[in-house]
Amino acid sequence: MTELEDRLRQSRTAPFDEERVASQLAIRAADAGLLDIAYAQMDSPLGELLVAVTPRGLVRVAYEDEPEDEVLTELADRVSPRMLRAPARTDAVRRELVSYFAHRRRSFETPVDWTLVRGFARGVLSATARVPYGEVTTYRAMATAAGSPRAYRAAGNALGSNPIPIVVPCHRVLHADGGLGGYAGGLDRKRHLLELEGVLPSVR
Amino acid sequence: MGVHLPPFQALVDAHAAELHRFLVASVGRDQAEDCLQETMLSALRAYPRLQHGDNLRAWLYTIAHRKATDAVRRIVRRPAPGDLAALPAAAEPSVPAHEAPDDGVWLAVGVLPAKQRAAVVHRFVLDLDYRSIAERMGTTEEAARQNVSAGLRRLRKEIDR
Repeated sequence: MTELEDRLRQSRTAPFDEERVASQLAIRAADAGLLDIAYAQMDSPLGELLVAVTPRGLVRVAYEDEPEDEVLTELADRVSPRMLRAPARTDAVRRELVSYFAHRRRSFETPVDWTLVRGFARGVLSATARVPYGEVTTYRAMATAAGSPRAYRAAGNALGSNPIPIVVPCHRVLHADGGLGGYAGGLDRKRHLLELEGVLPSVR
Repeated sequence: MGVHLPPFQALVDAHAAELHRFLVASVGRDQAEDCLQETMLSALRAYPRLQHGDNLRAWLYTIAHRKATDAVRRIVRRPAPGDLAALPAAAEPSVPAHEAPDDGVWLAVGVLPAKQRAAVVHRFVLDLDYRSIAERMGTTEEAARQNVSAGLRRLRKEIDR
């Protein structure tokens, strides 16, 4: 190998600080108005959560059961592909979630971005967002609030595909007979959240 | 749904480290990170308007190439214009293999004709064989080989001058 080729090859070992490049890119992209979605992971008593925010607010919360790449791909298709892992941009909502799980917070200040929720589901979920901490309601009541008292099955579907669980508290919606109903994140999580809020007696 | 584009972060994860090596080779270590930021910002700006999501790597390289060319023009303009021998360290004879690469050789690479520069960087920095270089640059294998050897010849001349 010639000396020249040797020198050329050496740039392969040039140090690359991926973290620094990523965090600077997120800052500069946001300053330039080019960051449509910032996301990050966080730990919680319900397992790892992925949270995604837009300049308008919280657009997505996903439990770890949903594969990360599917969640992000859906966001890219339905909201914007201008998306970066940018933990600093999600600090506010992550702090609120931590306080919620620690019994220090009963409502969320971070605004919700409803982009992923259309039509009837929007009516159902915005009614759900108004159900206070520690209280419960029924599928039928949410259907009624959304303007179609008989569409309680459709209301169930809307709640089952809630893109912002926990913060939009679909866990507070139960069957009229007191049964837990369903939960996209699994009934264990629903039970956990209702125990946390003191609706169900804690067995933990 | 029309065009499907992956989350931009996926592009960063897949290509940033390699683009950085490409830019270190093209503009030197001091400028490489800034060039990478500029490349990513330009890409992010244009991203939603792309007509298709094919070969995003080549698209990123096109942008990086442009940013590198701009940076080299800025660097070269500062000392005696066009006089490579005047550039710092460009004429220094040898660098022990364990030392960090000096920027002189990279500045010289930076002023190679575009095709030669890309071919040289792909060959020696990204360690690709001629067939892969040809694929990336959209040329024949033979042309890739010629671009590399012409680039090296010219580089030797510039550095020994």
